[in-house]
Amino acid sequence: MPAVQETVEQVRSIDVDQYKYGFITDIEMDKAPKGLNEDIVRFISAKKGDPAWMTEWRLDAYRRWLTMQEPTWARVEYPKIDFNDLYYYAAPKKKEGPKSLDEIDPAILETYKKLGIPLREQEMLAGVQNTRVAVDAVFDSVSVVTTFKDELKKAGVIFCSISEAIREHPELVRQYLGTVVPVTDNFYATLNSAVFTDGSFVYVPPGVRCPMELSTYFRINEKDTGQFERTLIIADKGSYVSYLEGCTAPQRDENQLHAAVVELIALDDAEIKYSTVQNWYPGDAQGKGGVYNFVTKRGDCRGANSKISWTQVETGSAITWKYPSCILRGDNSRGEFYSIAVSNGYQQVDSGTKMIHLGKNTSSRIISKGISAGRSQNTYRGLVSAHRKATGARNFTNCDSLLIGDQCGAHTVPYIESKNASAIFEHEATTSKISEDQLFYCLQRGLSAEEATALIVNGFVKDVLQQLPMEFAVEAQKLISISLEGSVG
Amino acid sequence: MLEIRNLHVQIEDKKILNGLNLTVHDGEVAAIMGPNGSGKSTLSYVIAGKDDYEVLDGEILLNGENLLDMEPDARAAAGVFLAFQYPLEIPGVATMTFLKAALNAQRKARGDDELSTPDFMKRVRAGAERLHIPQDMLKRALNVGFSGGEKKRMEILQMALLEPTFCILDETDSGLDIDALKIAADGVNALRDPKRSFLVITHYQRLLNYIVPDTVHVMSSGQVVKSGGKELALELEANGYADYRSQAA
Repeated sequence: MPAVQETVEQVRSIDVDQYKYGFITDIEMDKAPKGLNEDIVRFISAKKGDPAWMTEWRLDAYRRWLTMQEPTWARVEYPKIDFNDLYYYAAPKKKEGPKSLDEIDPAILETYKKLGIPLREQEMLAGVQNTRVAVDAVFDSVSVVTTFKDELKKAGVIFCSISEAIREHPELVRQYLGTVVPVTDNFYATLNSAVFTDGSFVYVPPGVRCPMELSTYFRINEKDTGQFERTLIIADKGSYVSYLEGCTAPQRDENQLHAAVVELIALDDAEIKYSTVQNWYPGDAQGKGGVYNFVTKRGDCRGANSKISWTQVETGSAITWKYPSCILRGDNSRGEFYSIAVSNGYQQVDSGTKMIHLGKNTSSRIISKGISAGRSQNTYRGLVSAHRKATGARNFTNCDSLLIGDQCGAHTVPYIESKNASAIFEHEATTSKISEDQLFYCLQRGLSAEEATALIVNGFVKDVLQQLPMEFAVEAQKLISISLEGSVG
Repeated sequence: MLEIRNLHVQIEDKKILNGLNLTVHDGEVAAIMGPNGSGKSTLSYVIAGKDDYEVLDGEILLNGENLLDMEPDARAAAGVFLAFQYPLEIPGVATMTFLKAALNAQRKARGDDELSTPDFMKRVRAGAERLHIPQDMLKRALNVGFSGGEKKRMEILQMALLEPTFCILDETDSGLDIDALKIAADGVNALRDPKRSFLVITHYQRLLNYIVPDTVHVMSSGQVVKSGGKELALELEANGYADYRSQAA
């Protein structure tokens, strides 16, 4: 059952409120000095109320991280990050936060207006201090959240913050955490393992079909979790869950570096559908100040006949480094990746997927649509591999790139490795440009340049939008048009 | 009424139109004929507002408004319609969706309300039937995989739906067999109206047997070099353009 828009908004507003009340109790204490060392890791761990094993896990990750190098193979360029000049744990509310919407980039406010976001919510998204939330709305929302939690409880679904899960469900967390993205997986994932501050945890028991789409909107916990988020979703045998991450409205964030880790585990006959809309601040018109997003997302189809499906709509961030992948371990398991990556201005996107076929008769499908405008660079990077025991592996890949204007770039870097002669991999790729003639044709029919571009782009991404839950798809469609505004004419 | 006065146009430093003058009255069907390279298609693009052309001098007035000051979409809303010689494909966009977006964009520009979906569907269906366009074609992506004849009929359907006041048909007859030509011509004739005028661009007299013009203008080297009644087309068919080539040069 998809959440209705009204509910989503109500719950979004209570989220703010919890956040507001949450730090009244312990205000100035929640701050660690800049930089990273074992003490900071211990401090974070203590703040999160971690048990000893978790502290050790973090420290182990930290020590390994010290020996690792930042990856340089992606087609992205950015100034060197000084990891000792960052805060790894800071209070949710910061002194540097804007006092009012007047201090926010007008371009963002314009976007809020176009998405029809109420003023109160605009303040929240923009991180304005002292956001006021109407009291009646809170009372309404409490009941909504309660109903929501009750329904999940009845179904036996655990949905909480990862910190809570570490405390309340240690057996599940210990069994699964780091089993899909190992502690030493890559520089950013290892960093995340040491210092992650929050994220979601979902466990769906055997045979249960989660009664509603789970969304980060509904996660009631600390607000400022964006920087090093850690998400773990386990679908036990024969279960199903659909999870929505993100928000179509652009979120302002003090943290320039984001390094999240998401792990999905699907046991026998289970299915996980994970949808993301990412719209973090891409930087101003000169390309300054945007978010760097280095994310490791991976799903493990651990059981036979399991299925994991990633759908993403990426429009934000100055730099996106992201490859939601599937390990097809169980026989007859299936992985899917549907992606729309839009880049404009000076954005750089290096994104794609890995489909690792290990089990027998595994199949995967990749549909990637990259749209580049402005002076952006948009790269699809994907790996499809078949292990030598992966008899009957099948993959279909379709990568399409659309260029708008003549100063942007689209790149496709597919890697295909097959060690099993019975594997059948298909790869299709196209690069096209919105032609002047196409635009003129639309204009001649009365469409404005922006309407025409939106129409052509929507036609281009249609296959992927169809994979999103309904209300998300409508918002995503609007978002894509907004992201490309000003890219023509 | 459309009035073109002393129009000079170049593209990439190549002069195409050289002081062209032309008047088309309300309700008039004017045919433009002329040899290849005489500037017929350029004229249609310049009226519709295509970017690549540089207007050096002159004006194009539609009911007194200078079209040259307007963006192409504003010209469309003001009543200009160009039936393309080579209609463009828009992958992934259902024909129906495109038609609705175009119609509502124009209505919005004119300050009218959007058309309700049932009203819109009714109009599209009626128009499609007249032009022998099957319903399932309206669900397909616009012009993608359409035959030449289907594309041209789709142009006429759009014309019928958008109800322009000034219609340009740019070699609508090219690539059509005789049956398709008749269907397209019937579609155009059904739209003839005292308030609507047409500029029919063609190489051949054949089309003018079905869309009978009120006036015929001969273009050569970027000018209208001769104007007359419909009999002028027959004369051209018999004698070719040889006379006019030399005249303009």
